[in-house]
Amino acid sequence: MRGATHAKWAALATAVALAATACGGGDDSGGGGADGIVSSSWGDPQNPLEPANTNEVQGGKVLSMIFRGLKQYDPKTGEAKDMLAEKIETTDSINFTITVKDGWTFSNGEKVTAKSFVDAWNYGADLKNNQKNAYFFGQIEGYDKVHPEKGEPSATSMSGLKVTGPQTFTVKLTQKFSTWPITLGYAAFSPLPQAFFDDRQAWLSKPIGNGPYTVDSYSKGSQMALKRWDAYPGADKAQNGGITLKVYTDNNTAYTDLTAGNLDLVDDVPASQLKNVEADLGDRYINVPAGIIQTLSFPFYDPAWNKPGQEKLRQGLSMAIDRDQITETIFQKTRTPAVDWTSPVLGEDGGFKDVCGDFCKYDAAEAKKLVAEGGGIPGGTMKISYNADTGSHKEWVDAVCNSINRSLGNNKACVGNPIGTFADFRNQVTQSKMDGPFRAGWQMDYPLIQNFLQPLYYTNASSNDGKYSDPQFDKLVNQANAEADTAKAIGLFQQAEEVLRDDMGAIPLWYQNGSAGYSERVTNVSLNPFSVPVYDQIKVN
Amino acid sequence: MGRYVIRRLLQMIPVFFGATLLIFLMVNVMGDPIAGLCGDRQCDPATAAQLEKEFGLDKPVWQQYLTYMGNVFTGDFGTAFNGQPVTELMASAFPVTIRLTIVAIFFEIVIGISLGVVTGLKRGRPVDTTVLLLTLVVLSVPTFVTGLLVQLLLGVKWGWIKPAVSPEATFSELIVPGLVLASVSLAYVTRLTRTSIAENKRADYVRTAVAKGLPRRRVISRHLLRNSLIPVVTFIGADVGALMGGAIVTERIFNIHGVGYQLYQGIVRQNTQTVVGFVTILVLVFLLANLLVDLLYAVLDPRIRYA
Repeated sequence: MRGATHAKWAALATAVALAATACGGGDDSGGGGADGIVSSSWGDPQNPLEPANTNEVQGGKVLSMIFRGLKQYDPKTGEAKDMLAEKIETTDSINFTITVKDGWTFSNGEKVTAKSFVDAWNYGADLKNNQKNAYFFGQIEGYDKVHPEKGEPSATSMSGLKVTGPQTFTVKLTQKFSTWPITLGYAAFSPLPQAFFDDRQAWLSKPIGNGPYTVDSYSKGSQMALKRWDAYPGADKAQNGGITLKVYTDNNTAYTDLTAGNLDLVDDVPASQLKNVEADLGDRYINVPAGIIQTLSFPFYDPAWNKPGQEKLRQGLSMAIDRDQITETIFQKTRTPAVDWTSPVLGEDGGFKDVCGDFCKYDAAEAKKLVAEGGGIPGGTMKISYNADTGSHKEWVDAVCNSINRSLGNNKACVGNPIGTFADFRNQVTQSKMDGPFRAGWQMDYPLIQNFLQPLYYTNASSNDGKYSDPQFDKLVNQANAEADTAKAIGLFQQAEEVLRDDMGAIPLWYQNGSAGYSERVTNVSLNPFSVPVYDQIKVN
Repeated sequence: MGRYVIRRLLQMIPVFFGATLLIFLMVNVMGDPIAGLCGDRQCDPATAAQLEKEFGLDKPVWQQYLTYMGNVFTGDFGTAFNGQPVTELMASAFPVTIRLTIVAIFFEIVIGISLGVVTGLKRGRPVDTTVLLLTLVVLSVPTFVTGLLVQLLLGVKWGWIKPAVSPEATFSELIVPGLVLASVSLAYVTRLTRTSIAENKRADYVRTAVAKGLPRRRVISRHLLRNSLIPVVTFIGADVGALMGGAIVTERIFNIHGVGYQLYQGIVRQNTQTVVGFVTILVLVFLLANLLVDLLYAVLDPRIRYA
């Protein structure tokens, strides 16, 4: 009987809690159909929401909803299609004439003109505005005046940008870049309304764009409510009434909320739930490759790692890693073993090809042989550095090291080297302080093979953290950029990739997949190549 | 009494400066925060330099600390990396956490002390043994396990509550998270009260009170409980600060956008201004709570006097 009394107490306590909570909720979106509101998980954006200042995926989500640029990447194929661009013409791959379509406005009624673009780009490039994506404008003539490497800027606008008519402007680049128009779908190239320049603070608290959604309310750090913009002139009108982005303290909680039926969409299924996700969601779980690749970079600035003949060592190490096993057991198949240095989202036409070949296949005997031929691991032990605070890198680094140790038959060949915080890790990487391989991740800015190669492996390129350098590689990249024929350009980039393979400038590990789960309330959910949900296509039942 | 309060307030000054300086130094040795701002790619050097200048990170640490402290006294806690003033973050985070703390303390006092009194009076009886066992279970299970379990059962399986708290975080939504947050302290309060009551039950003044023929209720509430509460009040007082700062786990599980969440974000993004700002306030809360506890002693037991 005693047990019964306790159960009664517990029941009573929960009943009180329930009665009280019942009055709390009830703010959920009513109604379904075309006007239904979709609720989606969100993370707090790291930077103020400006097109040229947003370099992470959380802010990027919002920009993808409230902005449309000259080009738009197809959510399925990643192909860059004209959006606001009527036409982009060039004869020499240096001078471009851009015509902006007529009839587009911002959601506050302002017309989208050539000036909207030119002003926005000049703003984004200006050093004084601290925009983290400023380097996107680096190819435009006059960038070095508004964004000098040292000292104060001597101009506020780039000489390569000229407004030639209400809807036309010209761009002059500093060097040939035939595929440059394809980059224009990136959010940094979005147009900005005059309202932004008149009162930036007001704009930041409630951004105004020209996309299918408008910001209805934004309370920083907790949620943003976006409403469908009915006067949106584009073809990709929103199929739902709006999107409510809710900031979650932890993606596990978001997932729990989804399974409890309080949330419609989670676009980042936590690693700890991957085992249950099939059972919980069935076919409402999406797991598709995204434009993200993970590699191991080498410190080419360290003499111990930059000796002639060491390409065999690096190739051997690559063959010592059992990618299939690691992606299956540790990542539950949310990673795809890499076969080149780009990403499957580019497609065969875009330049994705098995360039790595046998060097990316696990072969312990061959690995051991190659490492020995390459002079062995410098110092006998190598450390793979990673940041231990986020992203659960420890598991896979340990697995990679185990795989290498097993292949080489040496328990001391490889150990993980955790670094406390991401900031400290990046600090050591950018200051070239690594004394062994380190993890590197690259998320594409635009679906272009150039974006996977040039920023990472071109001599002194912006994200060439390992300081890899090869004159042949640089030459091929330059040739590819100058080549007007896209197919030929891609062929040249693939040749450059072969140079990278023969040097093994970085070990490709795997492509990261985008993962998402959704509720029974919504249909037609998909992820684009950037692993961002295609919000405007979601339908509410 | 007045002199005692003044002395205690003066003692708080070095503790305050010491604690903030330590936090400042600790955040600063974690590496360059700007390097982490640009994600997996390198910040372009000119922009990085410009940002460092804006956040004052280009100056030596001691100078940053002095400037920071100078600003704090004018109510300026600096700007977080997302462009929001830290005071704005505080204004949104502290009310939520204070509500959560109030709920937790409420449970500690009501449930903890009642259970303590009951078990203390019936020492050795089955009720006592059961509660002791239960508190042992609560003490040995980590908060995150309790939290996730409660969330899974009440939120997902039975659908009695919402697993995630809304941004408004009203009192009613915070009942379950508050109970989870309070659970461990609650068990301590129960055990503390129980021991204290059991001990004082045999004290002379209780026997006298009973002998005088006072009603049992009055004996317990005025004589027994009042004297037994001193260690409990000490514990609860110190717990106020601990709950506010230590809510990180509970806040993460139940999606509460309070102090714990902001601190966690600040640390992960290495946002010096946010971390130091929040810790500064928490240090103050700790100090004031302790002062309050000491003053309460005199109220509970008039024999305790401060010269």
